[in-house]
Amino acid sequence: MTDSPNPNPNLWRDHNLTKDEYDRILALMGRQPNYLELALFGVMWSEHCGYKNSKAQLRKLPTSGPQVLQGPGENAGVVYLGDGLAAAFKMESHNHPSAIEPYQGAATGVGGIIRDIFAMGARPVASLNSLRFGRVDDNRVKRLLSGVVAGIGGYGNCMGIPTVGGDVYFHPSYQGNPLVNALCLGLMKADRIYRGRAAGPGNLVMLVGARTGRDGIKGASFASEELSDQDRDKRPNVQVGDPFMEKLLMEATLEILEKDLVVGLQDLGAAGLTSSGAEMAGRAGSGLYMDLDLVPLREEGLLDWEIMLSESQERMLLVVEPAKADAISAVFDKWDLLAVAIGKVTDDGLFTLKRKDRVLASVPARLLTDEVPVYERPIAEPAYHRKAKAADLSPARDHGDWAGLLLKLLASPNLSSRRWVYEQYDHMVGLNTVIRPGGDAALLRLPGSRRGLALSSDCNSRYVYLDPRLGGAIAVAEAALNVAAVGAKPLALTNCLNFGNPENPEIYWQFVLATDGLAEAAKALGTPVTGGNVSFYNEYDGRAIFPTPTIGMIGVIEDIANRLTHHFKEPGHKIILVGESKEELGASEAHYLLTGRDEGPVPSLDLAVAARLNGFLVEAAKRSLLASAHDLAEGGLAVALAECCFDLGLGARLSLDDPISTAALLFGESQSRALISLPEANLPATLALLAESRLSHKAVGQVSPDGSLEIGHGREKLKANVSDLREAWSEALTRAAAL
Amino acid sequence: MKFKANVKVMLKPSVLDPQGATLERALKSMGHDNVSSIRVGKLIELVLESPDAEGATKAANDWADRLLANPNMENYSLTLEPLK
Amino acid sequence: MSVRAAVVVFPGSNCDQDNVRSWKAVTGLEAELVWHKETSIPDYDLVIVPGGFSFGDYLRCGAIARFSPVMSEIVRLAKRGNLILGICNGFQILTEAGLLPGALNRNKNLKYLCLDVNLRVENARTAFTRDYSQGQVIRIPISHGEGGYSLRPAELRALNDSGRVVFRYCAPDGSVSPGDAPNGSLDNVAGIVSEGGNVLGMMPHPERLAEDELGGTDGRALFTSILRALNGGA
Repeated sequence: MTDSPNPNPNLWRDHNLTKDEYDRILALMGRQPNYLELALFGVMWSEHCGYKNSKAQLRKLPTSGPQVLQGPGENAGVVYLGDGLAAAFKMESHNHPSAIEPYQGAATGVGGIIRDIFAMGARPVASLNSLRFGRVDDNRVKRLLSGVVAGIGGYGNCMGIPTVGGDVYFHPSYQGNPLVNALCLGLMKADRIYRGRAAGPGNLVMLVGARTGRDGIKGASFASEELSDQDRDKRPNVQVGDPFMEKLLMEATLEILEKDLVVGLQDLGAAGLTSSGAEMAGRAGSGLYMDLDLVPLREEGLLDWEIMLSESQERMLLVVEPAKADAISAVFDKWDLLAVAIGKVTDDGLFTLKRKDRVLASVPARLLTDEVPVYERPIAEPAYHRKAKAADLSPARDHGDWAGLLLKLLASPNLSSRRWVYEQYDHMVGLNTVIRPGGDAALLRLPGSRRGLALSSDCNSRYVYLDPRLGGAIAVAEAALNVAAVGAKPLALTNCLNFGNPENPEIYWQFVLATDGLAEAAKALGTPVTGGNVSFYNEYDGRAIFPTPTIGMIGVIEDIANRLTHHFKEPGHKIILVGESKEELGASEAHYLLTGRDEGPVPSLDLAVAARLNGFLVEAAKRSLLASAHDLAEGGLAVALAECCFDLGLGARLSLDDPISTAALLFGESQSRALISLPEANLPATLALLAESRLSHKAVGQVSPDGSLEIGHGREKLKANVSDLREAWSEALTRAAAL
Repeated sequence: MKFKANVKVMLKPSVLDPQGATLERALKSMGHDNVSSIRVGKLIELVLESPDAEGATKAANDWADRLLANPNMENYSLTLEPLK
Repeated sequence: MSVRAAVVVFPGSNCDQDNVRSWKAVTGLEAELVWHKETSIPDYDLVIVPGGFSFGDYLRCGAIARFSPVMSEIVRLAKRGNLILGICNGFQILTEAGLLPGALNRNKNLKYLCLDVNLRVENARTAFTRDYSQGQVIRIPISHGEGGYSLRPAELRALNDSGRVVFRYCAPDGSVSPGDAPNGSLDNVAGIVSEGGNVLGMMPHPERLAEDELGGTDGRALFTSILRALNGGA
């Protein structure tokens, strides 16, 4: 660690740091760091690990509430579900690795988030995946789609963790930069939460699971760069997932936690040993050292910095009292896994790396975790935003062939059945899946309880692009409504904020406004943010993706016997449209389908109404008033009504007189609306509850036995055959995805 | 002319090979301690037409580069023989 | 007599607990978990080899599991005539171990498939199926990437002729055509029994539809059949 008077200017660039950041490090350290120390700063101060561009905005988000047992900052957030049970859940992106090697990129994304969950002491019981791809008629996109879906299935299926839901959308903005956001949720007893803390000087630091190789080195800084066609050589070694190894690691880890053998633990994700070691020490306010000679390697000759930055999968770091080390080793032996003490917790506040007695690096842990620079980037309103509101919406408004347009929408890549995707995921293993994929939200039953847990992921990124603040709020409201539509009370959310390059003021403008909207909606709907992930630099050859703040929402229903599903149950049931339909065709899927243009005013949102609608659905479910409930989203009333008919092949007759255009009534995407059906006998009680909830509503029709769908609006009428609609809807994605 | 190409695709040496590692553990657990360095790859056989061996080699290499192997994680080797 | 049931656990099994749970939900009886490294196990009346990915199954499904110590005990019990039920990966393991003929190949579309399928009960006289009726159409989920049954034609004929094909993939009306086998199984074979009738291997998961809450109960009769057979019922 000698001072050199003229440091090489590439010194910081090699580690993806700026000159200013390098100077800050010099000042904080009071000396010049060596190569390895600078490498530690490089990854810990990357956006991926340090959130330097997002931290200031994330502070706006509500993160507390009586249900929150653990907010952001740990491996995952934890919320209380009732009956002594808690859920740990989190969402994370694996976008860039999936762009390069779709199968392994998606698989290791799933593996990483699963480790975060069992690191909290929870047994993972469900996954969701939120995916975005370019145009599905492009062969390259088809290969990405096939690879990503197979990779998610390959990992989750082998682990025995059901993939119960998610969302998939296609848009050209994701052409070179797909999004793969994986959510995992685990269950635990509420009084058995484990945290990633290196507490207790003298305790052992143990590395368990797989050996360390040259996998994904510099993946964290790679995630913090834009992709282009030119930089194949810069790319890190692709990490390969080994779900069997992870299954062993999960079982062994849950066994040592059950036996109370561990002080703290953390999975090794981005930046490997560096981030897990520094974060565990940082959170506990302690120090720790590691002896790199003791790290089990997969191949000879790894350099110090390679060991520290390796992103080899399926590894965990444990902090253990010395007296319990043998018991830990016995459990890992049983599962044929390595468990090696590589260092100790100290009280000097330093993150120290050695080889035997030779010190390789020694940095105050809090400099790596707490002193990350926080940037408030400049913002600028993009030119597109000023123009986009003034859109010519006549192609949809004056279309006239309503049945034809409905058929086209149902067969479009974004609205057709996602069966082709979820049939490749084992969504039933574990015997908890009460509502399978394809509904508004997935519903799991909870062991030893009548309660059920609902999960949904959502984000309409066209809305966010056109109006980031409103779009961000709608993403939260929509996810909450999905959960309420199965009868569950929305409880908390995790997010994955996917944006372009934050150094571009127009992108940062999107980020600031979208997180404003997200914060407002999360507050208004009583669903705090318990954690999540920020993914910037989602650009390809200089073009950014649509801003995509994906929301993962969970909710609880007190008795799964009261759950709601979206399909109509019996002819003769009355149909009520809850919520107000407005002249809102802007930013709609119908307008996009007809014109290929992303434009127009985004539908308005009244968060108070959204909250009352959620409350109504939860209460109506609890009182068993309803036979079905379905939220209205992309494609509007007509698409939602068709979806309600598909399962049993029933029909529906509606008649409406709203003073808006027929197109807006059928295909407009006004927010906070739901279609409910109910036996006539429950009509008075339901109407009373609607009035009490101050929700506008119309008893508009009834379920019919004849498989014909009709919506009348004044002299206009949409009439279609349900079996034709279903055929187009159910097979479209299978056909589109075929190479 | 017709040529038969064998393209052997292997994970790069530094890339984790879960299949190989699992097989190695299994053989060892069966008592075969003298096994090491198992790697599992793919052998792809194909027949192609080309005026000469040089063109065939070029085409087969091109296909291997673009489709048969993923250069981010795999190496391949090619052998080519003329078919009668 | 009290029935002793066990579920074998390989390190990558993931339907072991599901079988314990459904066995209990249907019969009210406990099933013990048996770790794959056991070299000696009691004479269980029923051993379930559950679904999952026994050893990651990277080479061939079940190829490594058959060498687990517990497998020689399962072979011993099978020879004694005790009931052995292999579901999904369990079926694959039983074929690799030679307890059942044939092999399971990759699904014809090369994709993992998880969905409900219709099965026709081809033999309702076995210890596993006596609570179904002959020719009954039942709905049970599959969840596998390698479930296409294959066997040499002469042996397949013999299997068909001797009533050892127990379940076949079919249409909702019970008709059988190749398109009804989503995995491409020869002759739509979904489940077979051993010559002695005491070893059943099937790709579909009866334990997944044994409770109303999960959307169906067609799997229950498999467990009630076993219980009745073990209790000496006709």
